Amino acid sequence: MPEAFRFPKSLKKTLFHYCPGCHHSIIHRLLCEVIDELGIREKTVGIASIGCSCFLYFYIDVDIVEAPHGRSCSAGTGIKRARPDLVVFTYQGDGDFAAIGLGDSLHAASRGENITAIMINNTVYGMTGGQVSPTTLPHQKTTTTPYGRDPKREGYPLKVAEILAGFEGVAFCARTAVNTPKRVIQAKKLLKRAFETQLEGLGFSYIEFLSACPVNWKMDPLSATRYVDKLAETFPIKVFKDRLSEGKT
Amino acid sequence: MAKKVLVKGVEAIALGALEGGCECYFGYPITPQNEIPEIMAVELPKRGGVFLQAESETSAINMVLGASAVGARVMTSSSSPGISLMSEGFSYLIALELPCVVVNVMRGGPGLGGIEASQGDYFQAVKAPGHGDGRFLVLAPYSCSEAYELTARAFELADKYRNPVMILSDAILGQMKEPLALKPLNIKNYPKEDWALTGAKGRPSRVIKSLFLDSRELAERNLKLKRKYKEMEREIRYEALYTGGEKVIAVAFGSMARICKEAVLNLRKKGYEVGFFRPITLFPFPKKVLSKMADLNSEGVKFVVFELNCGQMIEDVMLSLCGKAEALSRFYPPSVLPFPEDIEKELKKCLKPSGSQKA
Amino acid sequence: MRLEVILSGFGGQGILFAGNLLALCGMHQGYQVSFLPVYGPEMRGGTCHCTVIISDKEIASPLVLEPSYLIIFNLPSFIKFMPRLKKGGLALVNSDLVKKEEIENFEELISGKRVIFLPLNTLSEEVGAPQSLNMCALGAFNGLLEIFPERIFKKALKEMLGEAKAHLFEPNLRAYKRGFEEVKKLG
Repeated sequence: MPEAFRFPKSLKKTLFHYCPGCHHSIIHRLLCEVIDELGIREKTVGIASIGCSCFLYFYIDVDIVEAPHGRSCSAGTGIKRARPDLVVFTYQGDGDFAAIGLGDSLHAASRGENITAIMINNTVYGMTGGQVSPTTLPHQKTTTTPYGRDPKREGYPLKVAEILAGFEGVAFCARTAVNTPKRVIQAKKLLKRAFETQLEGLGFSYIEFLSACPVNWKMDPLSATRYVDKLAETFPIKVFKDRLSEGKT
Repeated sequence: MAKKVLVKGVEAIALGALEGGCECYFGYPITPQNEIPEIMAVELPKRGGVFLQAESETSAINMVLGASAVGARVMTSSSSPGISLMSEGFSYLIALELPCVVVNVMRGGPGLGGIEASQGDYFQAVKAPGHGDGRFLVLAPYSCSEAYELTARAFELADKYRNPVMILSDAILGQMKEPLALKPLNIKNYPKEDWALTGAKGRPSRVIKSLFLDSRELAERNLKLKRKYKEMEREIRYEALYTGGEKVIAVAFGSMARICKEAVLNLRKKGYEVGFFRPITLFPFPKKVLSKMADLNSEGVKFVVFELNCGQMIEDVMLSLCGKAEALSRFYPPSVLPFPEDIEKELKKCLKPSGSQKA
Repeated sequence: MRLEVILSGFGGQGILFAGNLLALCGMHQGYQVSFLPVYGPEMRGGTCHCTVIISDKEIASPLVLEPSYLIIFNLPSFIKFMPRLKKGGLALVNSDLVKKEEIENFEELISGKRVIFLPLNTLSEEVGAPQSLNMCALGAFNGLLEIFPERIFKKALKEMLGEAKAHLFEPNLRAYKRGFEEVKKLG
């Protein structure tokens, strides 16, 4: 009989602390499944960033180092340059990757650092309490845009995947979501692709997850999960670049 | 015999780093220390090492963090404003107990300041390299030979204590050339297998982190670091010209110590009872040594602290003496570089009994 | 034995190269040496000077208030450093760019000090090495003091030029020799 379910080896057997309806736990699980399937658990080093996901090491059973806010791609650069045999991934939020760390992120991508960057885009600073972030939608209310994000005042949402796709050093760039079962399956394929790109030594791989933050969006889990579709209108779900496939065709 | 070369202080630092087994260099250009990255860019790739110029000092120090976490011997170098930018990373490196070597070739501040020699970053280096309660082990060379030796040794000390070690130099020491004998230094290696991130093969996965939301855990981490700083006192180094009879002792470090030593040697030749003290480890500071020096002279001895800043190390000297002896501050802000003759005059003034001194 | 020299002139006259080379010669001769450059932010055209100390004992301060020797390449340097030359000290001055009659307080500046004027630009042009007036000055300086033999100078020059600038060895050596011979004529 085909195996229908297995607890990923790389996932620690503990309860997630994330809020009900948060997508971190789904993405964590996908990450662990991918690490298991590629058989890279014993040579992977993850980087925990600042934000809700700083507790990555409570759940993911690989070697993990914590980096200061926004600096994951630089720390990842240091790791990969010093020990190229290790598989390196960062796990960052939109504030970490695209606000305070945008310089680190873009330069690592531009240099084509052979690491995988995972960016969780939920349009707010989750752990800090729901402040505006670079990816907050126009007119979206946050604790620091209490009247809604006015593009004239707070600017427009920053589309990171669209920027990175144009970089020579970027070998894989995709945006995905996990708000429907179909998308979960698709997202896992793309996440695996990102790691395969690294294993092939092709350069920087970037995968962005549109993700729900029910508490800071002030929604119930179901509405928040549905609201991710609204995010997708501004941030299209799409594979922007996939050198690995290009090479194979 | 070791090969002798005529090199700048910054070149001696780079050569020392290579002798110390440096595998990776990450940095960002800033005057007056650019020879260090330039030499590393040539030499490291030849030795299978890594050189990378980052897009900023903040990135550079976090590349250092990454490389250190996976067990590489790693360094960065910068000058004052760049060091400020790295300070968040310094705090993390200390908290994560990650070894690395940081070179600060100080220039004048605050702000953009200037590129003249200065010792204005003393406090930053020895008191608070970053936020929180962390310390660096700080070494202050005063010649090219010492810059070479101390930089090489810094890698060993960083690994030994799993803590960043800073080489605190300045524009004069950096740009001055002196003969350097490239002798092998036999730098020790400390095993890193028990903590470095190498992939969780045949062992449980490891986490290197500094976030401790449980307040007791955080307190314990701080106390552990504190104990480590205490242990570092075994590494205290200094140079002293003192027999116990001197009435005035000039205290200085780095380039200022060169100028002071000249003045003291000249005065001693002329029969003046003047001594000299130069801390080489600025943290931990040789407090007990200074305290004993004060004890040795029962008739009272004055310590005159000369610095290329507005008076910083004077505070550590006063703390060391605990009021047992008088400590005077003689300070020279950047671009007001004294000559040995100026120091001689100051020391002679200090030799007069306190009562006869005019403010 | 201890001598302190300040070399000063325009940027581009090879002041730092000459100072560095002088220190290197001293080192190869077995002395303790120090070389401290001080220069403006300009790469060319600004004024620059450096201090070289050669001694048979440990050198503490690389900074010198009153040097025993000066090598002066231009007028601003003469005005700036002559007052700092030690009493009884010796200044070697480039007469092509420093004219007595243009200096108001000339007698006052040189009082109690020895000054030797040499046309450094002219001499180096004579030997077909107009860029090498700095070497001409070094030759003259060593001709006066005989700190090291020519063999040492050649070794140090070769080392400083490296492979990339090896073709400059001969013109530099010619200028050095010209300076050396010229001061010998002074007797």
